[in-house]
Amino acid sequence: MTGYRLSSGGLVDRSKTLSFTFDGRPLRGFAGDTLASALLANDQLLVGRSFKYHRPRGIVSAGPSEPNALVTIGSGARSDANTKATVAELYGGLTAKSQNRWPSLGFDVGAVNGALSPFLGAGFYYKTFMWPKQFWERVYEPFIRRAAGLGRAVLERDPESYEKSWAFCDLLVVGAGPAGLMAALTAGRAGLRVIVADEDFRLGGSLLSTSETIDGVPASVFADRAVAELQALPNVTLLSRTTVFGWYDDNVFGAVERVQKHVAEPSSKLVSERVWRIVAKRALLATGAEERPLVFGGNDRPGVMMAGAMTTYAERYGVSAGKQVAIFTSGSAGYRTARALAAKGVTIAAIVDARAEAVDQAPDGVRVIRSASVVDTKGRQRLKGIVIERSGFEELIACDALGMSGGFSPVVHLACQRGAKPVWSEELKAFIAPDVGGGLRPVGSANGVHTLSGCLSDGVDKAAKIAADLGFRAASDSAPVVDREETSSFTALWYVPGAKSKAFVDFQNDVHAKDLGLALREGFGHVEHAKRYTTNGMATDQGKLSNINAVGILAGMRGVSPADVGTTTFRPFYTPVSFGALAGTARDEHAAPARKSPLHGWAMKNGATFVEAGLWHRSAWFPRAGEKTWRDSVDREVLNVRANVGLCDVSTLGKIEVFGPDAAEFLNRLYCNPMLKLPVGKARYGLMLREDGFVFDDGTVSRLDEAHFFVTTTTAMAGPVMAHMEYCAQALWPALEVRFTSSTDQWAQMAIAGPKARAVLQQIVDGDISDGAFPFLSVRKIVLKSGVSARLFRISFSGELAFELAVPAGYGEAVADQIMEAGRPHDICAYGVEALNVLRLEKGLLTHAEFDGRVTPDDAGLGRMLSMQKTDFIGKRLSTRYGLTAADRMQLVGLKPVDADKDMRAGAHILKEGTKPSTLNDQGWVSSAGFSPVLGHAIALAFLKSGRERYGEKVVVFDKLRDQEIVAEVCDPVFVDPQNAKLKA
Amino acid sequence: MASLITCPHCGVRPKEEFAIRGDASRGRPEPMDSDEAWHDYVYVRANPRGRTQEHWHHVAGCRRFLVVERDTATHEVYSVVDAAEFALRATR
Amino acid sequence: MRYSAFSIVRNALSGNLNWKPQWRQPQPKSHYDVIIIGGGGHGLSTAYYLAKEFGVKNVAVLEKGYLGSGNVGRNTTIVRSNYMLPGNEPFYEFSMKLWEGLEQDLNYNVMLSQRGVIMLYHSDAQRDAYVRRGNAMWMEGVAAELIEREQLKKMIPFLNYDHARYPILGGLLQRRAGTARHDAVAWGYARGADRHGVDIIEHCEVTGIRRENGVVTGVETTKGFIGCGKLALAAAGNSSRVGEMADLKLPLESHVLQAFVTEGLKPCIDHVIVYGGGHFYISQSDKGGLVFGAEIDGYSSYAQRGNLATAEHVMEEGVTMIPGLSRVRVLRAWGGVMDMSMDGSPIIDRTSIDNLYLNCGWCYGGFKATPASGYCFAHLIARNDTHPVARALRLDRFARGYAVDEAGAGPQPNLH
Repeated sequence: MTGYRLSSGGLVDRSKTLSFTFDGRPLRGFAGDTLASALLANDQLLVGRSFKYHRPRGIVSAGPSEPNALVTIGSGARSDANTKATVAELYGGLTAKSQNRWPSLGFDVGAVNGALSPFLGAGFYYKTFMWPKQFWERVYEPFIRRAAGLGRAVLERDPESYEKSWAFCDLLVVGAGPAGLMAALTAGRAGLRVIVADEDFRLGGSLLSTSETIDGVPASVFADRAVAELQALPNVTLLSRTTVFGWYDDNVFGAVERVQKHVAEPSSKLVSERVWRIVAKRALLATGAEERPLVFGGNDRPGVMMAGAMTTYAERYGVSAGKQVAIFTSGSAGYRTARALAAKGVTIAAIVDARAEAVDQAPDGVRVIRSASVVDTKGRQRLKGIVIERSGFEELIACDALGMSGGFSPVVHLACQRGAKPVWSEELKAFIAPDVGGGLRPVGSANGVHTLSGCLSDGVDKAAKIAADLGFRAASDSAPVVDREETSSFTALWYVPGAKSKAFVDFQNDVHAKDLGLALREGFGHVEHAKRYTTNGMATDQGKLSNINAVGILAGMRGVSPADVGTTTFRPFYTPVSFGALAGTARDEHAAPARKSPLHGWAMKNGATFVEAGLWHRSAWFPRAGEKTWRDSVDREVLNVRANVGLCDVSTLGKIEVFGPDAAEFLNRLYCNPMLKLPVGKARYGLMLREDGFVFDDGTVSRLDEAHFFVTTTTAMAGPVMAHMEYCAQALWPALEVRFTSSTDQWAQMAIAGPKARAVLQQIVDGDISDGAFPFLSVRKIVLKSGVSARLFRISFSGELAFELAVPAGYGEAVADQIMEAGRPHDICAYGVEALNVLRLEKGLLTHAEFDGRVTPDDAGLGRMLSMQKTDFIGKRLSTRYGLTAADRMQLVGLKPVDADKDMRAGAHILKEGTKPSTLNDQGWVSSAGFSPVLGHAIALAFLKSGRERYGEKVVVFDKLRDQEIVAEVCDPVFVDPQNAKLKA
Repeated sequence: MASLITCPHCGVRPKEEFAIRGDASRGRPEPMDSDEAWHDYVYVRANPRGRTQEHWHHVAGCRRFLVVERDTATHEVYSVVDAAEFALRATR
Repeated sequence: MRYSAFSIVRNALSGNLNWKPQWRQPQPKSHYDVIIIGGGGHGLSTAYYLAKEFGVKNVAVLEKGYLGSGNVGRNTTIVRSNYMLPGNEPFYEFSMKLWEGLEQDLNYNVMLSQRGVIMLYHSDAQRDAYVRRGNAMWMEGVAAELIEREQLKKMIPFLNYDHARYPILGGLLQRRAGTARHDAVAWGYARGADRHGVDIIEHCEVTGIRRENGVVTGVETTKGFIGCGKLALAAAGNSSRVGEMADLKLPLESHVLQAFVTEGLKPCIDHVIVYGGGHFYISQSDKGGLVFGAEIDGYSSYAQRGNLATAEHVMEEGVTMIPGLSRVRVLRAWGGVMDMSMDGSPIIDRTSIDNLYLNCGWCYGGFKATPASGYCFAHLIARNDTHPVARALRLDRFARGYAVDEAGAGPQPNLH
């Protein structure tokens, strides 16, 4: 034996040495080691400090329930804090650091908390830190906060990638131990599509940690053969390093596969982790059973370990937990560990058995002390001895490791994630899985089966039954034969009386038995209260080792059965899952899809600056040489449209084609203004309400044919309007003969606006588009001179003579180029949404800055559009409620600064002159504001109480957020060309 | 239910393809019905713990509104029908 | 037992064996002046203020599970008063002020931590909406700050400034906002109410509401009939079920909202940060866990658990806002049942039935409202008069056309 590595044995590959570091110290292990087994082999038992008292802590388990051995693996942006050393696969070049200690693991200043522990009992913070009042925020909390947490998150950009995948199967087997493997074999041979998921990097579960033999071969060989057979079956998928973390509705399981967390230099071609959503017709929970710690004085001393973990370290990793090992047990499992270690030449100091009688076989020559308890432990950073008590006599037994075993609890976590609580079994002295129907059944030791042969046959039987249920025929093979069967029995022992020092229940959160007593004393005896008051079970292990003992202790103190105490709620995730894995590829620029207009290329060519608008990237303005700020560009674009002509991409507006004999009737019910008699070849502005009478969206409705309408929506509401129309057509008025489809992506649509718009357009359009032939609000299907079919609309969002031209998306860029070319002699410019916004603001036209979901048509000055003569339209009935028609509602007005140099910004509120700011005095708010290059000063649209009666009044525009208050005059919201002379030119 | 919905048109599809609008149990009143009927239609919900009918929209699929009858406590789904069929059945 | 430095030392020296239950476990009396249904935050704070501020001490709180088993014990612990509408802001600011004195008032440390809530904006339109909100706060005398991008970078350097799908342009900050220890709020109010004589009766489910001549006279419970002068509902996600016992038709849908916590980490996030490109919000508890959540799952549900698709979406938003969260591991997810109202705002009002009072519709914002909700509800119950800051929160606002629609989303609860 070198260090604690046994001279032979184990499933590690002794020919492959791996170098790694722990707190900077270079160490070596073997391929097949976990970090924990390699640390143990190197005599590095002390691996962490506890949360509250900073007590030295050692490795306790050999699996995912580990509360103590949490380390940070990797460095910089590749750091993984709080990684359990017991499941971390060792690789060459691994760097691990201990956590929650300063300045070092061996000497930690925080350990002073232990001395203060009488003051730091459960819930102490609720009773203190209140005096004087200001001290909590300034002194106490910053102090407490500094002590928070264990590992450190670097919060740097993660260099790894992640992905998600769906999988479908007849049978999902969670866990590849004896029961799981046999179930998978049985189902796989019968032809079911089977997925086997196991969190370990090597499949086999407890078969890898036992000296038993199956069908004449060592259990680990049996496991390897089973895995090999499963691998060869095309209908079976084996997912190792894959933790099933959640069970969701419809028998869908969430699982995370650690694809390359076990390599020093991850390949950029592979993801780091992959989340699976597995849809399973049936699932078997073959998750095994968890050994229970014993709650005795000093049970957190490094060197005190689960007996089963000791067996695993010895059998699987060839590592002894100590050189002189004692066992403290309330069942046969402790003897099994003693035999396993003794067989490998490890000295067994004693077996301390809490039971008075037992038939279990101790190794030859090993002292067995029955009816005895461990009441204290000696040593500081490594166990040196245990104090046992028997019949009132104490004895010190020297040892450097202590294996403890308090019985077993089936791992039923997943089965309890959807509301059903685990059920107490008096026979098994454990909480077992509730009956959650046929979709998910426990099997093997997760089902309370204690023997290996029982687990194997349970796997066969359950899988055969499922195969039959699903119409497959399983071969009637009997389960393999276990040659030297270990037996298993235990007495439940929740708390070991007589503790001479703290007896910990939750190691990580430093909850000891007295804390539970205090909780009960203070009225927190309900299991959920006890958990929340003491924090028992709330650490990173979620109480995998501590919860059941806490229940037992509470039951004992309350004098009831554990059944009456019950458990706390099991919730996802079975073990913690990274943000990255769950987010998959949806991050950064890929967090949401990007939509680009068919004219995006045209805008790029013209030098556009783009802005995100929902999913869209829209051209915002088109800077030219010499322009210093965006305002320079926008002012130029606006003035050019007003004086000459401009081209704006409006393709992002929602576009919907509506067909059918009832199309007119349908639209008439959708919009609050009349649509029934809209003539063919005409467009109309339309206003849609929600059923509660407030404005939902606006747009244009064009009638292309008797039974063909074309509807536009705002960019933002294109999706919701489409959904709303579908709802109305399908759920409200299914008898109407109407069909519609979105054509937003099918059309490139451009606005050509300005006094010279017609002159430009006429060059590429066949046919007469003079005002006489094609007056305002005309619509026509046309053919361009180039032969492209198009639609032409005489509509305007700028107040100028304007057309909107729609061409099939693929022709968009070419047609836009053509228009720019044709417009060159007329000084055409490209203009973006910023200029569009100023143009509409000058005309008092509205967007969703105004229609904020709380505005009625009348608020917006559009009350005349409400066609109350119509029998019905969406929103009609509720729009007449008192609150929607009250005279003091806020109404749309214009604002102009009294001092023309002053700026106004959207979001400001409005006060009467001479009044103090208060919610009561609040008169309204500014919805849109900007600089009007035409007028040469700022203008704004605002909603003002009874605003239309207040034109001419001076008000204060209150923008405290920007420390600005100016006086403005209330005016009509149309600032430019109120007669619409330009529009109708 | 919260993972998969069986669309009568598209088959079993994941939840994220759907948008949920809400209660489907109450029909839209006639134009001349009482203020109370309209108020209740727009604002009041039975909100049962148990069996309920809800409009789900297969946004990323067939774009049909469906009426999903299901249990709000267990999330068990009893039936999924097309909303138009559901509405026509109700008026018949 | 009053908590003081002295009591802590004295008890520590006597092995902490002399602490008393923080509230009694009384048997129900046959009659109370006021019965409150719901032993969560709002029910307990109502009882506390009834007894302490309004002199109504013959009060029982009936809780079907364990005390605080509803949303008060399963939220993301955020307290703030950064609302926009005049119907809301005064109410939530009243609540904020009560929070600021709560620990001294209750003699219980609820660990109020005013670390600031910042809501990020990602477009000019969103900035304008937040400016409108910030100015509305100032109107009520509540300090708000607009933090521009460069300042934000210094304040919170780890946000996704360079690769966000929706660029992070700035944020609206309320410094006085923050978090509080949720369970402690329930326990502190319970202890306070108990000390003023209120009977808190756990594991007592109301199964019926008895009315005589149209007047409520008491409740049937799993512990028998209990008479009352006035009956107050504070049943959150179960309001519709309790209301149904009195034939009340309520403007509510119950929805599930998930929340999450990560493994404990050394302090790394100081503020409560709210993502404007979605619904994600995050803060770090004094224990080190990052506590976060986002939108509701979307369907009506009474199950206190959520679905994976929504959970994944929450993580997507989180990593998009803070790329460095990618390797942080999420420890636990849970679900609360939200009483979503038709305008996203709560209801504190009388009902059409004499002696029956209603407190519901808290959507996913009930925790921060706990003090004001209890105070205003107690005011209403004791004086039969609406507290001035709760005047906009009446039940008949929908019929009258005065919805308090902070999101402007209309009567579809899952859009609020």
